[in-house]
Amino acid sequence: MNGGGKWLLIAALLAGTAGPIAAKRDKAAQPAPSQGTSAEPDNPYPSTYKPYPGRPTVIRNATIFDGEGGRIDKGVVFLNEGRIVAIGGPDTPIPADIAVFDGTGKYITPGVIDIHSHLGVYASPGVDALSDGNEMTSPVTPHVWAEHSIWPQDPGFGRALANGGVTTLQILPGSGNLFGGRSVTVKNVPARTQQGMKFPGAPYGLKMACGENPKRVYGAKGREPSTRMGNLAVDRQTWIKAREYQKKRAAGKDQTRDLGMETLADVLEGKILVQNHCYRADEMANVIDMSKEFGYRITAFHHAVESYKIADLLRENGICSAMWGDWYGFKMEAYDGIKENVPLVHQAGACAIVHSDDQDGIQRLNQEAAKALGAGRRMGINISDEAAWTWLAINPARAMGIDQQTGSLKVGKMADVVLWNGNPFSTYTRPEKVWIDGALMYDSSNPKLKPVTDFELGQIGAGDVK
Amino acid sequence: MTVQTNLRSLRAKSRSGKGISIVSRLRSKRTALAILAAVTSTPALAQSIAITGATLAIGDGSEPIQNGTVVIAAGKVVAVGAGVAVPAGAKAIDAGGKWVTPGIVSGFSRVGLAEVPGVRETNDMRATKSPFSAAIDVAPAINPFANPIAISRTAGITRAVVAPVAATSIFAGQGAVVDLGADMNPITKARAFQYVEMGEAGADEAGGSRAATVLTFRMMLREAQEFARAPASYDGRSRDALLNRVDAEALVPVVTGAMPLMVHVESARDILTVLSLRQDFPALKLILAGATEGWMVAPQIVAAKVPVITAGLEDLPSSFEKLAATQSNVGRMVKAGVSVSMGLLTGDDALQLRAATQQAGNMVALTKVPGATGLSWGQALRTITSAPAEAMGLGDRFGSLKAGKAGDVVMWDGDPLEMTSAPVAVWIDGVQQPLENRQTKLRDRYATPTEGAMPKAYEW
Repeated sequence: MNGGGKWLLIAALLAGTAGPIAAKRDKAAQPAPSQGTSAEPDNPYPSTYKPYPGRPTVIRNATIFDGEGGRIDKGVVFLNEGRIVAIGGPDTPIPADIAVFDGTGKYITPGVIDIHSHLGVYASPGVDALSDGNEMTSPVTPHVWAEHSIWPQDPGFGRALANGGVTTLQILPGSGNLFGGRSVTVKNVPARTQQGMKFPGAPYGLKMACGENPKRVYGAKGREPSTRMGNLAVDRQTWIKAREYQKKRAAGKDQTRDLGMETLADVLEGKILVQNHCYRADEMANVIDMSKEFGYRITAFHHAVESYKIADLLRENGICSAMWGDWYGFKMEAYDGIKENVPLVHQAGACAIVHSDDQDGIQRLNQEAAKALGAGRRMGINISDEAAWTWLAINPARAMGIDQQTGSLKVGKMADVVLWNGNPFSTYTRPEKVWIDGALMYDSSNPKLKPVTDFELGQIGAGDVK
Repeated sequence: MTVQTNLRSLRAKSRSGKGISIVSRLRSKRTALAILAAVTSTPALAQSIAITGATLAIGDGSEPIQNGTVVIAAGKVVAVGAGVAVPAGAKAIDAGGKWVTPGIVSGFSRVGLAEVPGVRETNDMRATKSPFSAAIDVAPAINPFANPIAISRTAGITRAVVAPVAATSIFAGQGAVVDLGADMNPITKARAFQYVEMGEAGADEAGGSRAATVLTFRMMLREAQEFARAPASYDGRSRDALLNRVDAEALVPVVTGAMPLMVHVESARDILTVLSLRQDFPALKLILAGATEGWMVAPQIVAAKVPVITAGLEDLPSSFEKLAATQSNVGRMVKAGVSVSMGLLTGDDALQLRAATQQAGNMVALTKVPGATGLSWGQALRTITSAPAEAMGLGDRFGSLKAGKAGDVVMWDGDPLEMTSAPVAVWIDGVQQPLENRQTKLRDRYATPTEGAMPKAYEW
């Protein structure tokens, strides 16, 4: 056994002794259940995030994309106490004695929202020890929660902030399973714990997957599902059980708590949003019918490389598509990916989102959107820059159930704001400053205003401009 | 590199394919005929052309000039610059101020080696059960009709370095340089280099440690020397032999320096190890691929006169051999005097050659980020045009718009390093290329998603 192996063994032994004690303590700290054995604790892993200190800030003379399709030239944004206090044209009144940044030649947008990330659950460095995104021991794992895999020290969070202007992201389990587990939405702030990042009040998501991944993973193990029809069959059997569980729960009947069923029952009651990995148009149509069969809503199809083929169906059913700018062809179900997917969905009046699913792509979602925007314009779909910014702002916010709090620059909303040093659809543009809830969390001109994770601290290049 | 691909695989974007494809059985006669027609009817023969009024970038590191002219005859560039006269008989094309550049060169790819990387039957990148390694030559596996070639060509990529993937040895085999023209002759240079893994992936291939990698490398090259001294008496079949006769023979030009050796390493310490191999094998003609931590040892790389092909945007410690990753890597190395090219070192290597312009554009963006080191626009373009051509020893043949070079030219509808831009015309060896591909056909079919009187299948 090498040194690393021995260390792991010791760690495992320690964990074995500490585990039950810790669990007991937690249990004692919880309020006593108020009703029968099926009673669920309300929010057992609550957010501890509090906005960091900010100061009243005004940016003026900038071009503003408000995230809902609006544009203001020579605009003014006023942030105070974590909120957007005022936004408007050059005549917008602002108090006299506060910090004012000149935004001439610069652009202001709401913070970028990535609806599909695995930061923290597939952290850098990408070693097995940090590979925590897929519980591939059963195709049905709605009982696992992505937040319990998140490593807050993943350096990817800071890169997404500094290079991508990402202020909010949804962390999902992977797509090896049909029911992958609960996702969680976090603010892109460094913290010692995942609780310190959790977006207060954001609804949970349920990650589901159709297509090649589940059937390949379990087919290889000689188990169901090994086909697409097997995928749907296992899905449907699971929904039947979930409906039974949900009915009993709603009626206040006693039943043994089942973490997976709790999640699915919440989906059936509309409290948890379905985030469904799916590539092919025909499969999305099958999944839509399944949702009607069992009475739940699909909030968004993720990856959705063939959404352009059924954009009308997606519009009619009010389902968003979270898509890449130009990924295609890496596997069979991605073969028909085209650069015009996003603009075609947008043009059809369906909800279009640009997502990353990647620790590098999340640093350049603005450029991924630019690829789609350019491709759309070339085929005659004339989408304005400000309309295209909805793909990174209000549309993902809606699909994550946080559009009342963030996702656009409206008075009263969270002051999640990026000041870009040029038009953000240009390759030559980078974030200059990023505010989260009114706190300046990144400033390109201040080397100290850039997070350095524990993992990188003391390593070569720590604190370097990345 | 494949290690990282595998790690990413189940996040969502899984690539490995399993089920047996029945595509070949279903392929209709009509499709086969259409393919034949495409081969025989396109492209048009090379003719003399003169592109005038261009915002012209040469690709040699210089900045763009206004109102430039490029003249191409017999498949080659014959004159370039402002104020160049249009020769009689040449077809004049007024660029009207549009950008014109040399064709983009991918400094590292696996294009043509896979149609769908996750579908095993279409994937010729690696041979996990072959008795051969260094002798493997990718050239016959390159499929000029692979859709990723057409898609890349449409995005202005005209040439690419194509490397095999190591499977059973640290040596992966011999890579090629290809053009992406719509014809059946993709090879610019076969057996253009030998490819070897010497970092984390190399340690894995060599039995589990970097020490074993270095020893394996030395011993294999010595066997190649033995083969070269007395080919007839080299016994590649004995149990002690590390190389069979074919692989030993393939490494002879590597030892003699007749064939470049592209070494994949990422960390600063591995780079120094590689450079020190010349103490025992002084003729090695090294090319560094990867070199995410190259900035830390840039002076040593300059002193060794070794070109680097890197990913450019890699800024995460995605592995322990990339702890010092930074987007300033390219800028810092160029500033130190290293010849740097960019390529697909971090995945999507069979598909996304069009990322080259994004990589280059981001190097320009860094010039406006305080504390970062980027590249001027002209320098950035050089990393995806003349620099990779020079790294492969083919700088005299293509990669820049200079008299005597291949007539690989792209005219763009905007600044080529902007993601909203795209080519409006592409020439390879002076032959104008089709800009349609499977993706543009899908786009056109589904411009409106609803079906008309007849199913979509009848719209083509």
